[in-house]
Amino acid sequence: MPIPTPFHARTGAICESHEWRNWSGYLAASLYEPTHEREYYAIRNAAALIDVSPLYKYEISGPEAERLVNRIFTRDFSRCAVGQVRYTPWCDDDGKVIDDGTVARLEQNKFRVTAAEANLAWFQDCGYGMAVHVQDVTAELAALALQGPNARLILEPILQEVELKELKYYCFAEGSIRGIPLTISRTGYTGDLGYELWVSPRHALDLWDLLIERGVDFGITPAGILALDIARIEAGMIMNQVDYISSRKALIEEQKSSPFEIGLGWAVDLEKEDFVGRRALIEERRRGSAWRLVGLEVDWNDLEAVFRRWDLTPQVAGRASRSAVPIYRGNRQIGQMTSHTFSPWLKRYIGIGMARSREVREGDAVSVEVTVEYQRLRANAKIVRLPFINLPRKRA
Amino acid sequence: MPVKYDVIVIGGGHNGLTAAAYLARAGLKTLVLERRHVLGGASVTEEIFPGFKFSVFSYVVSLLRPEIIRDLNLPLHGLTILPLESTLTPLPNGDYLYRGADHYESYRNIARFSPRDADAYEDYGRMMYFMAKAVKYILGIIPPDPASLHPADLNGLLNLARRFLGLEREQFYTLMRLMTMSSADFLQRWFESEPLLGTLSASGVIGTFLGPRSPGSAYVLLHHYMGEIDGVFRSWGFAKGGTGGIASAIASAARSFGAEIRLNSSVSRVLTRNGSATGVVLESGEEFSAKVVVSSLDPQQTFMKLIDPTLLPEEIVEALRLYVYRGSSGKVNLALDAAPKFACWPGQGPHLRGAISISPGVDYIEHAYDEAKYGRFSSRPYIDIVIPSMIDPDMAPPGKHVMSCFVQYAPYELADGDWDQQREAFGDAVINTLSEYIPNLKDILLYRQVLTPLDIERITGLTQGNIFQGELSLSQLFFLRPAPGLAKYRTPVRGYYQCGSAAYPGGGLSGATGRLAALQILRNEFGRRDKT
Repeated sequence: MPIPTPFHARTGAICESHEWRNWSGYLAASLYEPTHEREYYAIRNAAALIDVSPLYKYEISGPEAERLVNRIFTRDFSRCAVGQVRYTPWCDDDGKVIDDGTVARLEQNKFRVTAAEANLAWFQDCGYGMAVHVQDVTAELAALALQGPNARLILEPILQEVELKELKYYCFAEGSIRGIPLTISRTGYTGDLGYELWVSPRHALDLWDLLIERGVDFGITPAGILALDIARIEAGMIMNQVDYISSRKALIEEQKSSPFEIGLGWAVDLEKEDFVGRRALIEERRRGSAWRLVGLEVDWNDLEAVFRRWDLTPQVAGRASRSAVPIYRGNRQIGQMTSHTFSPWLKRYIGIGMARSREVREGDAVSVEVTVEYQRLRANAKIVRLPFINLPRKRA
Repeated sequence: MPVKYDVIVIGGGHNGLTAAAYLARAGLKTLVLERRHVLGGASVTEEIFPGFKFSVFSYVVSLLRPEIIRDLNLPLHGLTILPLESTLTPLPNGDYLYRGADHYESYRNIARFSPRDADAYEDYGRMMYFMAKAVKYILGIIPPDPASLHPADLNGLLNLARRFLGLEREQFYTLMRLMTMSSADFLQRWFESEPLLGTLSASGVIGTFLGPRSPGSAYVLLHHYMGEIDGVFRSWGFAKGGTGGIASAIASAARSFGAEIRLNSSVSRVLTRNGSATGVVLESGEEFSAKVVVSSLDPQQTFMKLIDPTLLPEEIVEALRLYVYRGSSGKVNLALDAAPKFACWPGQGPHLRGAISISPGVDYIEHAYDEAKYGRFSSRPYIDIVIPSMIDPDMAPPGKHVMSCFVQYAPYELADGDWDQQREAFGDAVINTLSEYIPNLKDILLYRQVLTPLDIERITGLTQGNIFQGELSLSQLFFLRPAPGLAKYRTPVRGYYQCGSAAYPGGGLSGATGRLAALQILRNEFGRRDKT
């Protein structure tokens, strides 16, 4: 049975939909209201407050912390200063991705990692024999994401000891709100202006109340996972176990992916000292990757034409779908669209997928499977660059 | 030698801008001339009172075509449409009818007044879906003239006939009823409870000089239902930043394609030579020449003012002279110091984020109409309220609100006195009516902007203040809009086109007219077929 997060006394009380998801063993609201539309728009229009406490969180500390971090993750952390956060994947020895997440350098010898899946044993094993300590701090840190164009306006006057304007994209700082100590990072999973707040569970409810009180005139809206899922697809952000399968969970070799294949080649630093999977990744770089991450945009006029065969107008789910559908070139299946959604903002049907890298280039015409009246058909689509939404304020 | 443009668009309203964007996108050298210091025409946001942004005229979006949003990439130019999620009908006895996003909640709410209505509501929605689908087809095409023997018209008629003959028998009958009945009679085929009948019938009279019991008003119901059928596209919404946000997004798109836009440039005349348009001259005397001139203004200005009517066939001049405008509505925009407290539902809630309709029953609206028939504004008007700052916090300072009130009826022609004398009395009638439902209104009222049909005409140029550029009645729709023989964007003056709401399909913030006119111009004058 999933357990409540530290915010449950508040989230539970306002969850009119009574629709919850099991997120890593915690209760996470799918949506609070009868539909998730307003929660989605809060992300793009005002400010959404999202309970992200279920994320796995680890702290890596000790004299050899930097060495271990550099061994586990594909990016070079010798160049990550205290106060900075890096998004990075990590791999097994074969260069296949285990998970992806953020790593914050809290101190010279202390890092905090967020992960989608449990990684304690893996991190500890990687550090075998090193002067480091790896600790699971998931239950010790409650986390709230405040995402949307008004996020800064809400936080600025109440946040102490931190100059928010100075807090750059992918940086964090220690501060407090009305005496509640917290860590604030300029990060998020929405592609919008936003922050994540990390706080002790005993202050969780006070923090929630303060934010709601301060944010009410700025459109603050608690938002659930459904809204977040649409926003992250628009932002072209991948999800472990949806867009790729962790190599620690894959049952067959074909289910595994390298960072190059899931669009994270930019986060692999082959120049740095040895790290887990480096040799395999150097080899893959030389040989080329079999798969690549793609953005897909379904041609709406064609979708209308497909539905018109039944005299229907396009009926697409308001919710993002995590059920993969085949991508075709001609009659050949060349990949799968793994996350897809109607983008309420763009008024387009968009998706993220994996395709055989030799078969696709940006701008290519392909088709994707759509089901109309229980029949599997195809609608034209185009391979497009990710992300679908790239707002200047994301980095502002 | 003045600069030569491919196309000059007169008027920077949403249709003019849409046409310009499509033309510029096709590579044409395009110039938009706007009389005012702001773009948008009737879709404009202005900070009339410091810190408070009013969607001065048009206040909600229902029909902005999704293909326009995609073709012009409007979200990248700043367009965000926020959903309008519910409708509240407060009642004089302190009760209310609320219909929201939760289907069963709406069902329960309607059932409090009539369990039968709650069940029939679903049937009604389904029937309107079929009606809208049938008529949506017409909105996407250039209307064929049934009296013409031109092959394109005959072909168009044939397609249209196929479309309608494809309807089920009962649907076909309903369509005929919809075209001929009054909205009250039409709705009474499904419903019996007054708050529901009143509120639904109100959308059959919005912007028209008709009452809910006037034949022909049922069609207007459909016009307002059209957005519903696109399923995933929410039919009703706000543009972030007010309705001006739509115009500025389209303008930004047009500029990105190379269109030039000039403000404070009032066109005084369209220049013609040998029956062809050759350019325009501004009131300042400045001249611009172009291969094609397209006017987004209403027919009165497009045909009677900007060109010499003698260039037109006499029968068309006669038809345009008889074309009915009859502005029937006013607008009152309020700046509020705090959130309004409704007697029926005090406190904040989802009801403040949707439409709020002062329409307790059919009689209420019909009484309001009675006064207008004899040249008086309604003492207790039908009011369609939205509070944009509840959805887009940027519209007002934190904790404060803007409230937009569309008010009907306010006849352009008053029996006694004129609007300059009656303006404040009209404003008082609105505030007094609202105060019956919002007891704290007068305490929180910081500022009111009262716009009569005369003000709408003066500011936007819309003749008689008609928000649709002419009455949206069946006698002025389809191939009859704005006049027989003028329904195809083209005019008898070569190289002179129309793209305003008075052209087909007309009315509302759809942009469809601007787009269809641009596609026509591209095809007729520049030999291009746009892919879209």
